[in-house]
Amino acid sequence: MAATDIARQVGEDCRTLPLAGHVGFDSLPDQLVNKSVSQGFCFNIMCVGETGLGKSTLMDTLFNTKFEGEPATHTQPGVQLRSNTYDLQESHVGLKLTIVSTVGFGDQINKEDSYKPIVEFLDAQFEAYLQEELKIRRVLHTYHDSRIHVCLYFIAPTGHSLKSLDLMTMKKLDSKVNIIPIIAKSDAISKSELTKFKIKITSELVSNGVQIYQFPTDDESVAEINGTMNAHLPFAVVGSTEELKIGNKMMRARQYPWGTVQVENEAHCDFVKLREMLLRVNMEDLREQTHSRHYELYRRCKLEEMGFKDTDPDSKPFSLQETYEAKRNEFLGELQKKEEEMRQMFVQRVKEKEAELKEAEKELHEKFDRLKKLHQDEKKKLEDKKKSLDDEVNAFKQRKSAAELLQSQGSQAGGSQTLKRDKEKKNLGFL
Amino acid sequence: MSKGLPETRTDAAMSELVPEPRPKPVVPMKPVSINANLLGYIGIDTIIEQMRKKTMKTGFDFNIMVVGQSGLGKSTLVNTLFKSQVSRKSSSWNREEKIPKTVEIKAVGHVIEEGGVKMKLTVIDTPGFGDQINNENCWEPIEKYINEQYEKFLKEEVNIARKKRIPDTRVHCCLYFISPTGHSLRPLDLEFMKHLSKVVNIIPVIAKADTMTLEEKSEFKQRVRKELEVHGIEFYPQKEFDEDLEDKTENDKIRQESMPFAVVGSDKEYQVNGKRVLGRKTPWGIIEVENLHHCEFALLRDFVIRTHLQDLKEVTHNIHYETYRAKRLNDNGGLPPVSVDTEGSHDSNP
Repeated sequence: MAATDIARQVGEDCRTLPLAGHVGFDSLPDQLVNKSVSQGFCFNIMCVGETGLGKSTLMDTLFNTKFEGEPATHTQPGVQLRSNTYDLQESHVGLKLTIVSTVGFGDQINKEDSYKPIVEFLDAQFEAYLQEELKIRRVLHTYHDSRIHVCLYFIAPTGHSLKSLDLMTMKKLDSKVNIIPIIAKSDAISKSELTKFKIKITSELVSNGVQIYQFPTDDESVAEINGTMNAHLPFAVVGSTEELKIGNKMMRARQYPWGTVQVENEAHCDFVKLREMLLRVNMEDLREQTHSRHYELYRRCKLEEMGFKDTDPDSKPFSLQETYEAKRNEFLGELQKKEEEMRQMFVQRVKEKEAELKEAEKELHEKFDRLKKLHQDEKKKLEDKKKSLDDEVNAFKQRKSAAELLQSQGSQAGGSQTLKRDKEKKNLGFL
Repeated sequence: MSKGLPETRTDAAMSELVPEPRPKPVVPMKPVSINANLLGYIGIDTIIEQMRKKTMKTGFDFNIMVVGQSGLGKSTLVNTLFKSQVSRKSSSWNREEKIPKTVEIKAVGHVIEEGGVKMKLTVIDTPGFGDQINNENCWEPIEKYINEQYEKFLKEEVNIARKKRIPDTRVHCCLYFISPTGHSLRPLDLEFMKHLSKVVNIIPVIAKADTMTLEEKSEFKQRVRKELEVHGIEFYPQKEFDEDLEDKTENDKIRQESMPFAVVGSDKEYQVNGKRVLGRKTPWGIIEVENLHHCEFALLRDFVIRTHLQDLKEVTHNIHYETYRAKRLNDNGGLPPVSVDTEGSHDSNP
């Protein structure tokens, strides 16, 4: 068989060729997009914030629809996550939207563990994806991606600074998900206070090293708008699902005795900016960041934890294959050892039980013997009694026959004497 | 006195032996979808634009392999397809160069741009295929090359710290050139396609179709189609990967009528009816490459580039690559050593 020669010139030294006519591969992005459209997109949002800050209302306002769900009470024992999935359709684009919100966040007296369910949830989504990716037979292209793409963190409008719970939670979450901080119910703060509040928040975040999501500025078409938006973070939003007539249009707004706050008015709140950034400009980027940065980080940590390494201590590239096999052998060995242990314990237990059963059997035998003896004793006694009774009966019979004999003899000699004697004899006989 | 042992003690003892199963992580399993009616424009459909912009920035990779005996016009056809001097033609080889004794694999990469879309095109040529006297197993180097590309991708994917965008050198499409004998497929053709249709997308192409008349062409095509069916060779687009009815009807039409495409390639331009067209000039007329009456080049080009390019890549990634990966991970190194570095020295697991 002839050997093979492989000569390769591909790589960084490719040259750029001019085209002499229209080839037609400029339809490639369209082909890709059409395929994605037919498959549908999925987008997962998580809302983290204290109870009553308007998370559900904001989601309703953002997506122009009434999602179901009743508001939560303040009496939850711990932080839980509630997740709902919705199928939205706009022109021919289908979106599978998953909204996860925290229930009971910030309501407990001791809030040390409040962030833990959230972190666990995020990790669980990454874990599920990692499991699917590591499977031998996998169906990644039809896998429903449940990883959270963006986390909207709701800050209470105190007007002063961030709460310590907020800082701690954001610090824990910033390496796992894209965080966009939002000032909720911002119609409670006046304009001047708002600017001060925003500055305070940003400086606190920076000084504590919390990495919030920065809108990407590397693509020229969106660099400008993203750049300006970055300066407006955190967005101060107001949510409302009620429509009021303002001027001659129906708008979503909140009515107060002193005026009306219009949700879609940029002078009143930053809702429009949030919607632009979240949905209309950066949705794809958020998804990509989640996959390429946060998920890869998780995967790297997880695999390293499991003991896989990329290079040997001698810096020879370790193959995952070898590590797999080593791990598998290790695991099988452990499994065998455990099996042995279990078997030993089982055997031991069986022996013990057998011994106990034998004991019981012995006792039963003894009891049986005793009862038997008792029974025999009684039987003997009864037999003795019977014998003595028989003897007595025999004796009586003999005396009776002797008495009758005497009687028959005496009746010939003298009647009354024999009667007297009979009587005496009878008395004697009955003694 | 006790009649027997109490059952509860042993039960408690046994449960110590069997460990508690680990609690499963909280994952929303099958999501219940609620159809929400929209009351106004939100802007979800802008995701299409966002996606398009992103893909245009990152660019595309496409790797096409051409297989066939020498002189069938492979390089010319590739040049005609991409309208540039992508491969060096064998006619420009020095006549004193020896015909290669073995099957070589030559991959050349180019970057072409059109309409803002950048594509890194790699053409993999296989000079020497089917040219020896004894052609047994001459598909093996090709199969080995294809598996090597899968292996490279798998290794990158399995790394702990992996690159953001794994360079894709897997063969997305293999054009197999059938010699226009007019009779039927050669045994070599059948063997090659049988072996390789399972690892790569094969598109059979009838080369130098200007040697056949229209009736000969259609008869030949029918015979080729039947032979391929009889031998169970699934060429691209494979029947089993049709996703929905639309795809199925479209692909059925292509499969039953047009394939294999009878093509003519040329990179010279001539003047016909006042237009400059690519063609071949013969004493009896000019064969126009892009004229559908003359040959089916335009169909092939539209099929490969304008409509099914992305699908070729996806079938390669989702199906052929996954099959390779599953086999590889299952066998634990049971495959013959395919990789470039010393991975062949694996002891197979019992």
